[in-house]
Amino acid sequence: MATLAASPRESWIYWEWVGDHLAEIRASLVEHVILTVLTVVIGLAISIPLAVLVRRWRPAYAPVLWTTGAMYSIPSLALFGILIPITGLSRTTALIPLVAYTLLILVRNIVTGLNAVPEEVRDAARGMGYTGAVEFVRVDVPLALPAIFAGIRIATVSTIALITVTAVIGQDSLGRLILDGLQRDFRTPLVVGLLLTVLLAIAAELFLLGLQWLLTPWMHRKARTA
Amino acid sequence: MHKGQERASVSFLGDVWEWFTASEQWHGTFGIPNRTIEHIQLSILSILAAFALAVPLGVTLGHFRRGGSIAIITANLGRALPSFGVLVLMIQVLGIGAGPTFVALVLLAIPPMLTNSYVGLAQVDDDLRDAARGMGMTQWQMLWRVELPVGSPLVMAGIRTATVTVVATASLAALVAWGGLGRFVVDGIAQGDEAQTFGGAILIALLAILAEIALAGIERLVVPRPLRVGASVRRIAADAEPV
Repeated sequence: MATLAASPRESWIYWEWVGDHLAEIRASLVEHVILTVLTVVIGLAISIPLAVLVRRWRPAYAPVLWTTGAMYSIPSLALFGILIPITGLSRTTALIPLVAYTLLILVRNIVTGLNAVPEEVRDAARGMGYTGAVEFVRVDVPLALPAIFAGIRIATVSTIALITVTAVIGQDSLGRLILDGLQRDFRTPLVVGLLLTVLLAIAAELFLLGLQWLLTPWMHRKARTA
Repeated sequence: MHKGQERASVSFLGDVWEWFTASEQWHGTFGIPNRTIEHIQLSILSILAAFALAVPLGVTLGHFRRGGSIAIITANLGRALPSFGVLVLMIQVLGIGAGPTFVALVLLAIPPMLTNSYVGLAQVDDDLRDAARGMGMTQWQMLWRVELPVGSPLVMAGIRTATVTVVATASLAALVAWGGLGRFVVDGIAQGDEAQTFGGAILIALLAILAEIALAGIERLVVPRPLRVGASVRRIAADAEPV
């Protein structure tokens, strides 16, 4: 057994193991994607109202940044440890810190993007009859989209990397493969988990850049001479 | 040993209190003082080593305005790399113990420091640099008296981001058979001992907050007053990643 295992254990990638465990690897990848999407969507659902509130009522901006910044500097292992007695070894325990970490980046970028909308543009919009929520959705938000997307990209990529830690609290993700590699002193799952995490981050970045490109046609449309 | 089934919150807080006050918690290799010292020592050493490698390089590149793409690629790669994976990878490459953990922490601390030092220096206004030259400053004088002070908020932002990463990743090092405060959380989870998990988590959080306060103090010493910005704004640095 020891001599048989020596070669697969020492090689960095043992394709036979990969072939035998494709279903398991796919399940971990899918769970990783689900956790990422849940985190970013919940993060946005919290940050958008927060950003709107903070713009309505400026004095709230500093405390909001301060609080989200403080959460940001607390290690995920500590947040997991604090939550375990309350929410157990569950997906909720994984999600709360993940979402908390996205808030600083998202709120900051949404507010910065909205604040950068030129006052003349708002004036022009009002002159054309846009008011209130309609003006916000049709004028302010589209113009802030590049900054908002920059925030979503940073939040998504860091979330994808961070999710690997949730393996410690028993959550399935690509991190489970890394932990598996560690616990069994077997390099193949480690390499597969690590590579897929980085590839997933790159894929997410490209997907979001593509989505941004589609949503902001005026950024790359050739000026028409009519 | 307390078991996880004691769920009632009053008795849970009692367990945590008992965990903190047990006398064996305060002596020897497995005690809180030793674990805290391990954690702090390894973190400081890693940050200093990464500082020595990354900041001079970033500052030089920024001064000469070269290698901007290197800085950006480093930042993006640093954000996409899972620190947990890097840690386990180092164990596989170098073996178990403090050494590989140290290497992993240094590697993870380099990207934010490199990128922010580069951006901090490269961002210095050209007019300011022209004025410095016009006053007859040499390259060195310009670097020390103009560029470094003006770039210092971002250089410090990079150090802060790196410190958050290092303190957090050092707690994960308990998974790779190293000590530090992560030991309590990891062992607590493995043993279903929620008091220990919770107690260790509180200690890690406290250490992270103390590190922030210490860095804020250093920042006050290093960054010229007019350039200091609000606590949370400074983090906007070119990058930031939770661990």
